[in-house]
Amino acid sequence: MSNIATNEKIPNNVNLAEDRRLQRALEQWQPSFLDWWREMGPEGFQLQDIFLRTAISADTDGWAHFDYVRMPEYRWGIFLADPVPNRTIGFGDDYGKPVWQEVPGEHRNALRRLIVTQGDTEPASVEQQRFLGKTCPSLYDLRNLFQVNVEEGRHLWAMVYLLHSYFGRDGREEAEALLQRRSGNPDNPRILGAFNAPMQHWLSFYMFTYFTDRDGKYQLLALAESSFDPLSRTTRFMLTEEAHHMFVGETGILRIVERTAEIMKQHPSDDPRRHGVIDLPTIQKYMNYWYSLSLDLFGGEVSSNAAHYFASGLKGRAHEDRFEEHSALDAYYAMDVLEDGKLTREEVALRNAMNEVLRDAYVEDSQRGVDKFNKLLTEAGIDFQFKLPSRRFNRQVGLFAGVPVSVEGELLTQAAWDARRDAWLPTEADEAYIHHLMSQPVYEPGKMAHWIAPPKRGIKGRPVDFEYVRMD
Amino acid sequence: MAESSTDSLPISFDAHPSTYRHWTLDLQGDVATLAMNVVEDGGLRPGYVLKLNSYDLGVDIELADAIQRLRFEHPEVKVLVITSEKDKIFCSGANIYMLGRSSHAFKVNFCKYTNETRLYLEDLADHTGIKTLCALNGTASGGGYELAMACEHIVLTEDGNSAVSLPEVPLLGVLPGTGGLTRLVDKRKVRRDLADAFSTVAEGVRGKRAVEWGLVDESIPRSRFQAGLQASVERLRGAATERSGPGVALTPLTPRRTEDGHGVAWEHVTLRLDEARRTAELELRGPRAAQPETASALRELGASTWALQAFRELDAAMLELRFNHQHIGLWILKVSGDPATVLAADAALLKLASSDWFAKEILLHMKRVLKRLDLSARTLFAILGEGVAVAGSLAELVFAADRSFMLDAEGGPTLQLGPMNFGPLPMSNGLTRLQTRFLNDPAHVEALRRLTAPLSAGEALRQGLVTFTPDDIDWEDEVRIAIEERAAFSPDALTGMEASLRFAGPETLETKIFGRLSAWQNWIFQRPNAVGERGALTVYGTPERPSFDYRRT
Repeated sequence: MSNIATNEKIPNNVNLAEDRRLQRALEQWQPSFLDWWREMGPEGFQLQDIFLRTAISADTDGWAHFDYVRMPEYRWGIFLADPVPNRTIGFGDDYGKPVWQEVPGEHRNALRRLIVTQGDTEPASVEQQRFLGKTCPSLYDLRNLFQVNVEEGRHLWAMVYLLHSYFGRDGREEAEALLQRRSGNPDNPRILGAFNAPMQHWLSFYMFTYFTDRDGKYQLLALAESSFDPLSRTTRFMLTEEAHHMFVGETGILRIVERTAEIMKQHPSDDPRRHGVIDLPTIQKYMNYWYSLSLDLFGGEVSSNAAHYFASGLKGRAHEDRFEEHSALDAYYAMDVLEDGKLTREEVALRNAMNEVLRDAYVEDSQRGVDKFNKLLTEAGIDFQFKLPSRRFNRQVGLFAGVPVSVEGELLTQAAWDARRDAWLPTEADEAYIHHLMSQPVYEPGKMAHWIAPPKRGIKGRPVDFEYVRMD
Repeated sequence: MAESSTDSLPISFDAHPSTYRHWTLDLQGDVATLAMNVVEDGGLRPGYVLKLNSYDLGVDIELADAIQRLRFEHPEVKVLVITSEKDKIFCSGANIYMLGRSSHAFKVNFCKYTNETRLYLEDLADHTGIKTLCALNGTASGGGYELAMACEHIVLTEDGNSAVSLPEVPLLGVLPGTGGLTRLVDKRKVRRDLADAFSTVAEGVRGKRAVEWGLVDESIPRSRFQAGLQASVERLRGAATERSGPGVALTPLTPRRTEDGHGVAWEHVTLRLDEARRTAELELRGPRAAQPETASALRELGASTWALQAFRELDAAMLELRFNHQHIGLWILKVSGDPATVLAADAALLKLASSDWFAKEILLHMKRVLKRLDLSARTLFAILGEGVAVAGSLAELVFAADRSFMLDAEGGPTLQLGPMNFGPLPMSNGLTRLQTRFLNDPAHVEALRRLTAPLSAGEALRQGLVTFTPDDIDWEDEVRIAIEERAAFSPDALTGMEASLRFAGPETLETKIFGRLSAWQNWIFQRPNAVGERGALTVYGTPERPSFDYRRT
């Protein structure tokens, strides 16, 4: 067994010790990954001890092992969810046949594309977030940021495992390329648009983990249905970790809202900005921005790729088993499309509308957290409610890409849209304000930045003022 | 159009003069006469009548057999006369009702086979040196005239009736499918406007005008036809190649079912079918023993000479796959055997071929069989796995493949070049497979000549001789996935793509014929104007007139 690919160094449940192919691939890739992590991982925090969760096995005890660790020494592992005995294909043309344990040659390229696209988002978000440590609102949040980062790293490992194990030389080359692309680099950008957007402050980080990681959740749910069983198993395990990211996003936004509400109650007639917190309309604008950007990640409303993926059993709907019918062949999906400058209801073949079906589930799920924010405001007696914009608003992908649509979903002239843009999306002045607000990090245990409320509780039974990151 | 329900009956390509139904092979000294007399109810399949010396595949299988036997079994023959035993009709071409009842795939393979046969006839004249004369004792229309054009010299009887014609366009709404149009202007160099006029007149052109236009070489009044023919034979005889000694009998091959029932095994070739994956493994084995190095020893071995028997078997396997396994879209080419023995056999054959006609015929045969491989509309993958050592003539299978996979491992397979890879076995485009492969760098082909040692996968890859070289860890998966992926693509798109990529370099008569056949004739065969409800081919022989969609592309 090779030096690098040991069970001790790489916790796994994929029999790495016996797998020559995987060992050989990882011998090449793992040093490159560490180089990438040092170059593009969290800036300035490579040597600190951080209280992190590490998955050391796939069972209930093992997947959440907490301890101090330096990030470059984090034990990124490879885990698949337990196999479902006699699992059969749950949708598409091959419904009911046994799932595939190997990649069928017919679907090799499409599967590789799906895996690479998913895999590319993982290191991309680490790159996007690499400077946030310098402006963190607390050690608790700093630790959560790093927990998200190392888990995105592990998700990259999960996708790389599939590429290494099932896609031969092409797979190894793609795995290497995942470490070569750079978020926001015009010459070698990350594959999806939202993962090239800069993330320069913590409001965006919470919005990203709330909205964009939720896209990740739905992509993983759709891939968990895949007929390619190793992909299904690896994404099912990833979903357990993804849940934490959304927790970070949801509680982060909630704590900001809580703090603003508190100030608003104390100073009901003042602009909250005068008191160093983020006013609710500004939070709404960031919500509009990240929500619309994340909606784009689901792809076009009418998509022949989506139809192909579904028909071939590569990518299903989230929770496919909750649907009554799984071929989706003779069914239609009614959606609003743009025809002669007007919104028209059109019936689209259901398979071609699969991106929209997944987006529906996402929209519904996104609303749940927003309801919590609104409940907090109601309980605080503040007359303001957050509202998710229309899914047609501010889109760069699909039928409404570049079409001027209001947050309510109405078609506007470009001039009318331009005139109201600053009321809907963050302005330079908003950005400047947020940057000003978050210019200083808070590294003192238990202390919170002024613009955010403390969390209800700490992590793994530790108090909020626990030293989650040892700064010395 | 109704497709024959018997399309799936396996076709046998075995033939022997003693069992010919449609031809008589008459040998008189150094003149062989092959006379066509098609048995009307002797079609390969039921449902059509072979009137007026029209032919189907069965007729052509016998013709191909006769040409092959003249080469090997009758070295004394200097002139081959092709004629008809029927009065006033030479041959009226491929049977239209047969075509009408056949599936598209069968039609395409039928045309390809008959084209190959006509090219073999030309190869007989050009390389074996048996002069070919077509004695048109009656009308030759369509495929009948195309067969005549495949001969060197055409004599037409002048009786006020007999004509040569290509009536496909005016009568059937299709094209002459056996190279007729190409041979008119490219081989006989008939002026293009005259060729145009000729190809649209259903009744054709007779007598003197046929000579003036260059459609035939001589027109002889019926009363003096035999005498005139004799004079032509005398003239041609002088230009023939002298071949001496007894002939070599082409003994029947002895295929047998493989044990699992999913394949056929010959002595040097095994064909294994995987119906579910739509693939077939075609394995060609090298000689088991050292091959003769003298002409007399070679003669003694005769048809059991490895290079002859193995390539005859390969030919048989390919025909079996082409006609009887149309859904097998991917042929996995494998070779085995001792490279030193192959190289020695190659060398002996090449050395003997300059002075011994039998050795030369074996070489020509190998060339034709490999061309047939190039021309097969199926994906070809060469797989060089564990323990394989490919050399010389066998390496041509690797270079014929659309892609090749060679295992990269310590002590793994090797690839060794030899003189056979540099000239004696050209493709249809007149170039060797290596010249075609390295069209961008002819100097590389010259450099490869000096590379005589066995090459590892790594070296073969560096030299551009193989496509992919997975190591032992990746091997199984890479090969499996590549095969599965390929077998899933549209077979039509693959056919077009492969044919476009295989024949880079110059055009020749052959490449033009097959190119036009694949592109134009097969397009027309699919169009409603030919095969639609009121298409010309559909309504041929019925009271109805065709009805065309007159829009042009």
